Amino acid sequence: MFEALTEKLQRTFKSLRGEGKLSEEHVNQALSQIRLALLEGDVHFKVVQQLTENIRGRALGQEVLLSLSPDQQVLKIVRDELVGLLGGRVAPLQFSKKPPTLIFLTGLQGSGKTTTTGKLGKWLAKSGHRPVGVSTDVRRPAAREQLAQIARAVGLPVVEKASDDPLELLKAARREAELLAYDVVLVDTQGRLHIDDELMGELEAMKKAFQPVETLFVADAMTGQDAVKSAGTFHERLGLTGVILTKMDGDARGGAALSIRWVTGRPIKFIGTGEKYDALEPFHPDRIVSRILGMGDVLSLIEKAEETVDRAQAEELEEKLRRAEFTLEDFRDQLRQLKKMGPLEQVLEMIPGVAPEVRGQPVNEGRLVQLEAIINSMTPKERRRPDILDGRRRKRIARGSGTTVQEVNQLLRQFAEMRRMMKAMKGGQGDALRKLAARFGGRTKLPM
Amino acid sequence: MADTETHPKHSWWGRLQQAVSRTREQFVERVDDVLRGRKEIAPELFAQLEAALLGADLGVETTTEVLGRLRERCDRHELTDPAALRGALRQELAALLRSTPNHQPTIGEAGKPHVVFLVGVNGTGKTTTIAKLAHRWQSEGRRVILCAADTFRAAAGEQLEIWADRLNAELLRQEPGADPAAVVFDAVSAARARGADAVLVDTAGRLHTKSNLMAELEKMKRTAGKLVPGAPQEILLVLDATTGQNGLAQARQFTQSVGVTGIVLTKLDGTAKGGIVIAIARTLGLPIRYLGVGEQLDDLLDFDPEAYVASLFE
Ligand SMILES: Nc1nc2c(ncn2[C@@H]2O[C@H](COP(=O)(O)OP(=O)(O)OP(=O)(O)O)[C@@H](O)[C@H]2O)c(=O)[nH]1
Ligand SMILES: [Mg+2]
Repeated sequence: MFEALTEKLQRTFKSLRGEGKLSEEHVNQALSQIRLALLEGDVHFKVVQQLTENIRGRALGQEVLLSLSPDQQVLKIVRDELVGLLGGRVAPLQFSKKPPTLIFLTGLQGSGKTTTTGKLGKWLAKSGHRPVGVSTDVRRPAAREQLAQIARAVGLPVVEKASDDPLELLKAARREAELLAYDVVLVDTQGRLHIDDELMGELEAMKKAFQPVETLFVADAMTGQDAVKSAGTFHERLGLTGVILTKMDGDARGGAALSIRWVTGRPIKFIGTGEKYDALEPFHPDRIVSRILGMGDVLSLIEKAEETVDRAQAEELEEKLRRAEFTLEDFRDQLRQLKKMGPLEQVLEMIPGVAPEVRGQPVNEGRLVQLEAIINSMTPKERRRPDILDGRRRKRIARGSGTTVQEVNQLLRQFAEMRRMMKAMKGGQGDALRKLAARFGGRTKLPM
Repeated sequence: MADTETHPKHSWWGRLQQAVSRTREQFVERVDDVLRGRKEIAPELFAQLEAALLGADLGVETTTEVLGRLRERCDRHELTDPAALRGALRQELAALLRSTPNHQPTIGEAGKPHVVFLVGVNGTGKTTTIAKLAHRWQSEGRRVILCAADTFRAAAGEQLEIWADRLNAELLRQEPGADPAAVVFDAVSAARARGADAVLVDTAGRLHTKSNLMAELEKMKRTAGKLVPGAPQEILLVLDATTGQNGLAQARQFTQSVGVTGIVLTKLDGTAKGGIVIAIARTLGLPIRYLGVGEQLDDLLDFDPEAYVASLFE
């Protein structure tokens, strides 16, 4: 399902090749696919509507670029639009000039506030702060005990007090912070429904009395269309300052990120990526966009394909290839890395300067597996010094890897050619990489 | 349900109505808005119906299918009146929910004790639902044992213990970090020894994508099965009504790994519609067994497809 959108867009634009501009008909077709992808990704339907209108406006009549295929070009607009909506850059936590800084963690039941409080405590301590925690969840069974146990595990001090009044608890925590010079107070609040007027009022009162610098909305990445209502109400009543999206280690597409941002205008500051207490990361808007669209990493790959973007990644790749002693082991590393990077068609498209005739070609990934198996069947010595590979050894390797001697020979020929190419490689990295890509992907050049 | 008519406020029906009233307001009224004052069925009408269904988390596929069928009926001129469209939509949705197996296992019917696992991703309401189910069965005169097989999450055992105390029910627990299958073993053995009717097993929340954790569940299931043939008789997937399209992946994966027998849809007291259960019923044929409508012990309702859809539309 994941590659579906890219494929569909490619099909849509196939007939466009050779035309100078993105036509209305093409754009409309592309938009309906983008719309479905966004909806499937749990983006609120009103947000989807607005996004597709913006995308239409920007895509219509655009000149077809030489550096990108039309489908990539539209995807680029989509990406820019989504990243733009998400705010573009990483949004750091704010701290008060006069410590302690109070940070409220709020949200619906079960969204992950308590675990996130512990994670944030750990994260803050690691970045040089002295946080203290407090749970004001006086209702859910064992909620305070849960925070106490998590805090113990991460070395976060917590303030505990025999009171069932959140305001009392907050007061105690702030006093303790002032006395013991904690600079951040992390407040784990009780989960509540946004329509629970009484409990929302309680939060309002807490906020009013203690003026937290950050009021964060902790939301589950699996949330569907309702995110707009819950986040919207929390924001209306509390004035949120940021969002933390939890449970991102699953396979939810996380479209709620867009919905929440749209309705609150507040940045997503962190994402939770696991049950371990260090599984908390600052949020990078550009990284979630391809996930929401259900496209693996294709969008960041496209980014690299643009002429203007930095070539760090390409250079890194080149550096590895250029390394003086390029052995079969390095070759195998390359293969593994390529496999890790995702579907090869996409990897190819990421490499700057890949010729259009190579782009979009189907790549036989089975052949890659085979290549790796062949190299695996060699001894370390053979991998370093392929010249010792005589007929007997080749036969053994073929047997060991379940291939034929011809296939072993073919790999060795390719490898020798690659090494030659690398030596010859001077300035034109694009050219060299294109050739390299052709080795992997150009069906027309090699029967991979 | 005999006193339904006489005590509408407290009756099953009345409470279901109340629980889904917000859903109804938003969903049905949107449909109503769309239909009001229209003499013929315009394409734009379908666009608005689509928005209503998508907004309820039914998902693109289910929405497209349901509307597709309505559209066909319009094309064949079976449906010409915009007002009739609403009834037709209701029929279609009910049909999807009705298509799941509606046999509800009863306690004691397939071996004693009746062992029920509650499974699901983190924070959906498993532990709370256990307390609610225990409460319901106790009030029917059953003897219920609780099993704290979430040995992973901080204070999970304590959480269930508090419920057990309130319910005055027996709880089997081990140290944090203990093998959950061992706790299942203890609890089912204890239930057999004491002649208890049911064992409710609280499992740790886990993402369906974590294969090692799914394997852990399988092991717990095997342990129960060794002690009581056919156990666990029920594996209930607890699904949060706010869940979007990922709910389908959850249902699919939990079903594949441990064989879910039914769904509990929780937090329906919010504004979330839980429409993903319709998609789940349609693609996986999983019946919805209970609805969670609050945090109190009696905030658990039986699910009835007809009533559910009816309450959406009345
Ligand atoms: N409003 C509402 N809240 C609910 C409902 N069911 C459970 N909750 C709340 O949701 C939160 C999480 O519930 P738990 O029962 O701890 O969920 P869980 O699935 O056991 O969570 P983990 O064990 O952490 O995975 C608690 O605050 C419950 O009070 C419901 O039907 N409605
Ligand atoms: Mg639990």
